[in-house]
Amino acid sequence: MTENPTPMVTQLPSPEPGTVDMMVNMGPQHPATHGVFRMELRVDGEQVQDLVPHIGYLHRGSEKLCEYELYSQIITLFDRLDYVSNFNNELVIVTAVEKLMDVSPPPRAELIRIIMCEFNRIASHLLFYGTFAIDMGAITPLLYNFRDREKIQALFESVSGARMMHNYFRVGGVKEDVADDFVSRALALCEELERGIDETDRLLTENEIFLERTSGIGVISGEDALDWGLSGPVLRASGVPYDVRVDEPYSRYEELDFGIPVGSAGDCWDRFYVRILEARESVSIIRQAIALMEPGDTMAKIRRIARPPAGEVYAHCENPRGDMGVYIVSDGGERPYRLKVRPPSFCNLQALRDLTVGHYIADAVVILGTLDIVLGEVDR
Amino acid sequence: MTTQGSSGANKPSDPGGESTPAPAKRREPEVPQAAVALPPEGVALAERLPEALAAHEIEVGAAIDEVVCRVTADHLVDVCRQLKDDPAFGFDYLRLLTVVDYVEQDGEFEVVYHLYSMTHRHKMMVKARLPERRPSISTVTGVWRGADWYEREMHDLFGVVFDGHPNLVPLVLPDDFDGFPGRKSYPLNDYEEW
Repeated sequence: MTENPTPMVTQLPSPEPGTVDMMVNMGPQHPATHGVFRMELRVDGEQVQDLVPHIGYLHRGSEKLCEYELYSQIITLFDRLDYVSNFNNELVIVTAVEKLMDVSPPPRAELIRIIMCEFNRIASHLLFYGTFAIDMGAITPLLYNFRDREKIQALFESVSGARMMHNYFRVGGVKEDVADDFVSRALALCEELERGIDETDRLLTENEIFLERTSGIGVISGEDALDWGLSGPVLRASGVPYDVRVDEPYSRYEELDFGIPVGSAGDCWDRFYVRILEARESVSIIRQAIALMEPGDTMAKIRRIARPPAGEVYAHCENPRGDMGVYIVSDGGERPYRLKVRPPSFCNLQALRDLTVGHYIADAVVILGTLDIVLGEVDR
Repeated sequence: MTTQGSSGANKPSDPGGESTPAPAKRREPEVPQAAVALPPEGVALAERLPEALAAHEIEVGAAIDEVVCRVTADHLVDVCRQLKDDPAFGFDYLRLLTVVDYVEQDGEFEVVYHLYSMTHRHKMMVKARLPERRPSISTVTGVWRGADWYEREMHDLFGVVFDGHPNLVPLVLPDDFDGFPGRKSYPLNDYEEW
């Protein structure tokens, strides 16, 4: 007799309860990573369990390259570090060499530098508002912000001849004086920028969706932020009032009156709003600096080819992204013996894992957005 | 790039000088040194350091406006921890960590730590020398977590080993990169494309 036929459909063993973590790769070509940055995410469903950042795709060995260039040539290399705030970078290197050589540029040159740097800070922050909004799916602010940023770059072009990569600051001053109509153009631009910043503020800050996506996300305490070596708006959003312009004043910032916006919660919303307030302070700084401007020289009388004495110097300035510094070891030659940059985005990016773990993938993009990294300076 | 001080190889040789005695060695021009001008809080810090760190054989100096404290590599972590934990110093912020290549001069690497105190608003440098043969030093990631990537980067570029670092894998260079491009001995141009 035939035995019981085996059933055609066998019962699959019931799956074990629980889920398996998945590895997700983001970048280096992902638009939300703001450059060639890659992160490996270990996710449970949509929740990030672990994050491994990978950098170095843009490593050009800038620091080694600087050891083979004259001090005046290094300025062009610094332009290319943080390529959305070029003037601020240039200020770092010229300040360091001037400190080493113990020369000071004429007062007018210092004010031109401050005006340029603060305009650049606003331009950089405008780019941040726009890209940050895009990270969350809001396209509109970017268009307005780019419109305003374009005006700043037009002003830069009239001063230095280039929209980016200016190579305008020199050891001991600036390349040339500004044009006659500069002051009137700058003041008019200040008003337009104020309107633009207000517009972004109205569009985003109190927006309900924006608040949902940013408040309480990616919180870091002030103590942790210091431990990680964070700086700039990221550190100040956590309630630490550290700004190089105030704590170790350089150039003529001591004569200017401005506030340091400080957050309290240390979340993504704070990091965004600190930058809105900071841009307004920058407009006020520009107005004060213009009021102080007097006709005069824009270049100190020093050797064409700078030859600083032997020694070591560390100088730093407040960049839009944080405390950017440079450490130069000079052996008395025309080229530095060793040059090391303190890159603010590099330090800020270190904290990404701590900020992100436990949040959703979509929040990881937002958190990375608030760190506002520029890979040219992270990788160098 | 050669840095031979007074190589006369490119200069036209003097006419008719077949067997002229070697010219007297030209004196190297005096290299001016950067002037030191410590701010008041730096002077106070430099005065307190030798006493507070007496157990660690330190040497206190200055570079322009910063106090420089040289320690031996073995004592570095203890010194760093004390500088951070001692409320009189309170160096809670590691600004920069870097390596300088002095192999040509002294056969040594120098690790430089730039510290800053948020409470006292003073700053200083801590330096330690490492031999070229086996450049290794204890990690300071346990003192300041921000040292993590700096140490990985310096390991990539200079081959300095930071003992005890939780994850000393390549950061800025490809995983299979050969050599230490930060060193002076690594050529700027004549190397094989990666």
